[in-house]
Amino acid sequence: MKTLIIVPAYNEEESLPGVIRDLRGNIRLADILVVNDGSKDTTARIAKEMGVAVLNLPFNLGIGGAMQAGYLYAEQGGYDIAVQFDGDGQHLAGEVEKLLRHVREGNADLVIGSRFLEQGGYSTSVFRKSGMWIFSTILSRMLGMRVTDSTSGFRAANRRVIEFFARTYPDDYPEVEALVLLHKAKLRIVEVAVNMRERTGGTSSITPLRSVYYMVKVLLAIFIDLLKK
Amino acid sequence: MDVLKILAIVGSGTVLLLVVELIRRGRLKERYSLLWLFAGGVLLVLSSSRNILEYISNRVGIYYPPSFLFLLAFLFLLLITLHFSVTISGLSEKNKRLAQELALLRQEMQELMLDRTDSKKSTDE
Repeated sequence: MKTLIIVPAYNEEESLPGVIRDLRGNIRLADILVVNDGSKDTTARIAKEMGVAVLNLPFNLGIGGAMQAGYLYAEQGGYDIAVQFDGDGQHLAGEVEKLLRHVREGNADLVIGSRFLEQGGYSTSVFRKSGMWIFSTILSRMLGMRVTDSTSGFRAANRRVIEFFARTYPDDYPEVEALVLLHKAKLRIVEVAVNMRERTGGTSSITPLRSVYYMVKVLLAIFIDLLKK
Repeated sequence: MDVLKILAIVGSGTVLLLVVELIRRGRLKERYSLLWLFAGGVLLVLSSSRNILEYISNRVGIYYPPSFLFLLAFLFLLLITLHFSVTISGLSEKNKRLAQELALLRQEMQELMLDRTDSKKSTDE
């Protein structure tokens, strides 16, 4: 099956080479596409030098618009499977196969790699944890299934989801909302336990105040989605 | 004629004239001017005819008729800004699509150019 790894990158010149090497070393028979979301650093040049396909957005669209550009590429290129893989080095290429297997076997239309499905060592701040708990509870109710890691950006989609996302994909904080849209379109979602790397350098951009804002905004978006025809 | 009435007529008349002039010069598209023209027209009629204004005010239960004018003007502004929000949402969606299409096109072009230089190389050799 024709597989595409979509790597959204915004100012990721430091981590991108490692991410691409990781992907090349662990996955054969898959194309890599970097979606450069209007980076101000040398992300575009690095991706080009490493010989992967690059979509250079003329300005910063945000993760939603960038991800959708990747899905458009997958749709037009006739790919059967698309994998979302963060450009910041958080995701492990060795775990991709776990997602792919479920898509290939047709267990689900979208497979999410979850950090929390199994008791692992992944720790995060209390604020993020409580925010994620609220999302999970609400989403689990809404979707009629247990969702442990709704904000995970580590996902694999089959052709039906690729075509759906090429048409409709949420803008600002799309991970959670996308699940609601898929559920409404009667597409099947499944979670698979994966390991992720914990952030080593730098600080998270998510401050307590921002995560509250993020939560309110996403919750609002979810409820609006439910109201839409 | 009291001062308030003159003020109201001049005000709504100016809005109307300004909008018409902007359309005439091509600075304002017709589709965005309809609400403005409608608002200006209604306000002009109401401010120049005391009878209609007082009649409606009484029916609605407003004791001071000119305040009905303010209410109406306020509602029109609300409607116009809402119209803008809808328009901006549509534009930002189209803008996003254009950016994505542009990136896809550039990528395709790059690939075609690579193919061409590759085949050139192989024929040269």
